[in-house]
Amino acid sequence: MSMKNNELETKSELQDESLFDKTVGRRSFLQYAGASAAGIALVAAGCRKDRGYDNPVMGGATLDFKDDFGVLNYAYALEQLEAAFYVKVASAPPASFTAAQKAYFQDIQFHEIAHREFFKAALGTAAIGSLEVNFESIDFTSSASVLATAMAFEDLGVAAYNGAGPRLKNGTFLLLAGKIVSVEARHAAYVRDLISNGSFADLNSLASLGANNSAGLDAALTPDKVLNIAKTYIKTKINVTNL
Amino acid sequence: MNIVNILEEIEKVDGEIYERLNPRRAAMKSFFNIGKKISLAAMPLALGSMFQKAYGQTTLPSAVVDVLNFALSLEYLEYHFYNHTIVGITKKNQDGTTNNNVIDVTFTFPNAAGLAAITTIRDHEKAHVDLLVGALGSSARAPIAYADTDFRAGGAFATVYSDYNTFLAVAQAFEDTGVRAYKGQAANLLVSPGVLQTALQIHSVEARHASHIRQMRTAAGSAVYKPWVSLGASGQANDSGVAAVDAVYAGEDLTVQAGANIVGIGGNAGVTKAAAVESFDEPLDKASVVTIANLFLRDGKKL
Repeated sequence: MSMKNNELETKSELQDESLFDKTVGRRSFLQYAGASAAGIALVAAGCRKDRGYDNPVMGGATLDFKDDFGVLNYAYALEQLEAAFYVKVASAPPASFTAAQKAYFQDIQFHEIAHREFFKAALGTAAIGSLEVNFESIDFTSSASVLATAMAFEDLGVAAYNGAGPRLKNGTFLLLAGKIVSVEARHAAYVRDLISNGSFADLNSLASLGANNSAGLDAALTPDKVLNIAKTYIKTKINVTNL
Repeated sequence: MNIVNILEEIEKVDGEIYERLNPRRAAMKSFFNIGKKISLAAMPLALGSMFQKAYGQTTLPSAVVDVLNFALSLEYLEYHFYNHTIVGITKKNQDGTTNNNVIDVTFTFPNAAGLAAITTIRDHEKAHVDLLVGALGSSARAPIAYADTDFRAGGAFATVYSDYNTFLAVAQAFEDTGVRAYKGQAANLLVSPGVLQTALQIHSVEARHASHIRQMRTAAGSAVYKPWVSLGASGQANDSGVAAVDAVYAGEDLTVQAGANIVGIGGNAGVTKAAAVESFDEPLDKASVVTIANLFLRDGKKL
């Protein structure tokens, strides 16, 4: 492990130099968290050859929930999944999509890309690599299939952020997660209304994701449950520790 | 959640836990009654309520009590705002009895879906009120009655109950404010993870409401309001088209998050300034929210 630490530390120094113009934000973010190089190395998955975006993680990605970086990487993983889905939808929407739907799915695509890239930049050397997705079960030519998948992803995203929030120890990270989850909830409501107008906050239908209609509470699920649902769409093996 | 384990853990540091709970059978009884009505999702808050009853004020830190009472004030306001559009519209209740509420709602919902959506939202706000009152127990603030409110905001929104579009515009401001208010308080709840969990689950419900109200506004008028908070037509933070609610959107146009510039992030030109603004909802501090809430409360009842 110590060898790996050294390797990663060296690599992070090199990256800081080569990506100098991009690291200002990342540095301030990490400084705020008081992260040590060792802490970063522990979170990072082993066997990573390249952090480049087009090169999926070799040997799986590890989410170590022992600290906030594990939670943020978990969010990063889910944002990768959502972004990949919407990029595909926006590039070739179902034929029956209206102009307004196309425009809003374009919007959502860029929101999810922004979330994904934000976590990637903010986590810096602590970030897991790129995940490989599996969208075999989705018919991208079918409006019904695309909308149902979008709804599932958005509701799951809300449940994931809500369930993971109390795991965070750092208030700044909690606020950042809060800034994102309400946007996911807005997406969820929009997509739900497209499927069935008025179902924007049908909390009864979200009971399996931890929602409670009589208390007016939205979905909230622990990471293990979320990942168990999400794994259908993710080829990369995700290892979870310290949950 | 294993409540027995929790009680045993407490017993280790407080040998009198069972006696504290027992003489106060009301606390246990009300807890188990609540347990019948609400599922596991709400248990952390309900548990907090039980322990608060057993220990008096000692279990919920005062900062948490403050946050919950602040949230409760907003939930009361939202509840009355929506409830009045339902009960202030007819002289007869559904069961035929006379409706003694103020009858001054003269707009009509354009369709059944509109009324159904407002009813759904009203019901959620009521559930939030009940949940917070239960959690706070004896620390709960005094209830806010409809008579304490002024949703015409001293004339700023004089047509709120006569013009459907004004009603929806104010509704949007309420929901977007609610989302910002909960977000602004989240970090203050880190000390009570169970309460934080519940607050987060309320927070995203408010965001779902906001999304739908924005779509209702679009459907009811000629302008388009995105389901998410975007930039205004002239590049201003307020995208609602109602200058009177600028305070609701102050700072929503932030494009730098934790030091990272979101515009064009990662070389993605599609992440424009508007997209960057839309991607992150911003919090609002308590004082700013109080100023907004006070617009809708009568003198002597303001926060």
